[in-house]
Amino acid sequence: MTRMTVKRKLEILSDAAKYDASCASSGSSKRDSRDGNGLGSNEGSGICHAYAPDGRCISLLKILMTNFCVYDCSYCVNRVSSNVPRARFTVDEVVDLTINFYRRNYIEGLFLSSGIIRSPDATMADMVRIARRLRRKESFRGYIHLKTIPDAAPELIAEAGLLADRLSINVELPTDAAVEAYAPEKSPEQIRGAMADVRHRKDAAQDRSHRGRRPPRFAPAGQSTQMIIGADGATDKTILGRSTRLYGDYKLKRVYYSAFSPIPDSSAKLPLISPPLQREHRLYQADWLLRFYGFELDEITSTTRDGNLDLAVDPKLAWALEHRALFPVDVNKAPKELLLRVPGFGVKTVKRIVSTRRHCYLRYDHLLRIGGAMKKAQPFIVAGGWSPGSLTDSACLRARFAPPPEQLTLF
Amino acid sequence: MYHVVIPKIGAATAWRTAARGFLAAQVPPHEICWQEPGAAPELFARTQAPPPTGDIKVSRRFVAMANSVVWHRDRDRFARLYGFLWRLRDAPHLTGDHGDSRLARLRRMEKNVHRCQHKMKAFVRFREIGDPEAPRRSFAAWFEPTHHTVEPTASFFARRFGDMDWRIITPDKTAICVDGVVSFSAGQPRPDLPEDAHEDLWIAYFENIFNPARLKVSAMCSEMPKKYWKNLPEAVAIPNLVKTAPERAEKMARAAPTLPPLRAERMKERLAQGNATDGTLPSQSSALRQRK
Repeated sequence: MTRMTVKRKLEILSDAAKYDASCASSGSSKRDSRDGNGLGSNEGSGICHAYAPDGRCISLLKILMTNFCVYDCSYCVNRVSSNVPRARFTVDEVVDLTINFYRRNYIEGLFLSSGIIRSPDATMADMVRIARRLRRKESFRGYIHLKTIPDAAPELIAEAGLLADRLSINVELPTDAAVEAYAPEKSPEQIRGAMADVRHRKDAAQDRSHRGRRPPRFAPAGQSTQMIIGADGATDKTILGRSTRLYGDYKLKRVYYSAFSPIPDSSAKLPLISPPLQREHRLYQADWLLRFYGFELDEITSTTRDGNLDLAVDPKLAWALEHRALFPVDVNKAPKELLLRVPGFGVKTVKRIVSTRRHCYLRYDHLLRIGGAMKKAQPFIVAGGWSPGSLTDSACLRARFAPPPEQLTLF
Repeated sequence: MYHVVIPKIGAATAWRTAARGFLAAQVPPHEICWQEPGAAPELFARTQAPPPTGDIKVSRRFVAMANSVVWHRDRDRFARLYGFLWRLRDAPHLTGDHGDSRLARLRRMEKNVHRCQHKMKAFVRFREIGDPEAPRRSFAAWFEPTHHTVEPTASFFARRFGDMDWRIITPDKTAICVDGVVSFSAGQPRPDLPEDAHEDLWIAYFENIFNPARLKVSAMCSEMPKKYWKNLPEAVAIPNLVKTAPERAEKMARAAPTLPPLRAERMKERLAQGNATDGTLPSQSSALRQRK
């Protein structure tokens, strides 16, 4: 048997890794290598070093250690029953690629995931070995994201958390029933148990000792998870309900939504669809409203009848259109909470409005300069020189924003 | 009329010193002509700025903004900054006023510079120019920033690449870091950097991390504008990826499900029996052999 080249392995194992949406490299502990004894830095905000033509950023070297896998998850390109080519990196190869890519300023660090080979413990141990080599031998101070294996031994998770910036475990699908149907070897309880374990370890690492010393930080950039959208029949209401619970129960940093995307050599159990990208986008918008804009779950999901978000307009606008009695709001007087509900105003815009109105009366052109999306905000606000008149309550307001109706295609 | 030339290297300090002197001497903005080096000197101009005297209190927000705006490409940046600083004497609250049009302009310039710095941190691509086995490896990059961002961004690279020597060459300025010490010299034309074998691997990665079923070219271009492509090695792959994507996605959808490979049954059985722990590697290598 001829040996596979590193390039060929890289092709196979990055192709296998692209269905993981996370690319974050932000929010970890601050560090650098100015002392000359190491390589890398982390300064809080992440850097996207390139963008692929799918519009996704490339921040980390996102690869699988191996795409051999003993599990048979229908949605996954690496399931045991798939005929995709298989490969396996050695520890040296992953370390060498990471360091050499990093030195050329291609990446912020490594996002390492893996198929399950032999046993969960053996797989996790190999991943931890790679992270340990990077941190200890190469003095690598860049970002490391490890995808943990839910049923790996607790000692391995403990070490992984000390070496990596972020740990993640994918819940895979929005409901337990769907996980059982499409990922028969995975157990939703076990996945949740692993997330709870990471949360407890992270919490425990906050406590100071009796001498006031801090223990080493555990996964300083937090933990995240991913759900595949559109593979099963779950509604947006179910999906957002699940993420709200995940954010609350496990203090997750992020829940990623990944539109179910065609994969090479798909399973007969799960017919391919064109990926629901717009739905994925709306879910992220709703997720943001829940986390940063003070919206409650039922406020967002109550605007639609079938439990799915409106694809034509964004969820904030959809909410505002259903609650016109609250509008227009006066930007010079309204409390911050209400300003955050105005379509077209983001968190930054609201902050600027509140700080500027302290020393001047806000006019419409001020708002333009502040940076609000005024076309969207117009019907919902009153400012110096601007009043929406009957626009707020006009019957055709929705039509101003929704894309024109499309003729159904025959194919 | 005063005539001040702000040098290319160290512009932030030079502008600040000059501005403090003018402010202390109560020189109004219309009496100062701020220039970049190389511009024709004005006749009958006094070239000496008054020396800064005493303490001048300026809000920290303005200083931070000025430290970015001085690197903007706009030729009037120094005058704009001084004009605003002059107004601040009587109205110190102006720095927080988001409704002021001249401040809005400066803020926009500041944002442009920040974005340019951010893109520089992202898009500089080093090539190895020394021995990979040397105790300190050395790398070089050619980059063409939109604004004069090499100087304010060099410290980022120094913090990041502490154990290697590097240089970033631009048409406008060159930053060189040797043994952790950063220095600046004049700009240079594009150098011939040696080929780097890792670029090939990086392009392979770029091609394979792309998902052809989610083609969104405009999203890519808004974050990675085409003006940067000529210095990004991976950009050579973009046209072909875009061209073949619809066909590849369609092919995936059309392909009939295949029969699982032979080893799938064996591995499933073994997993069910609960003895998955004793090396499945033999079956993996046999799978590899089948393909070769």
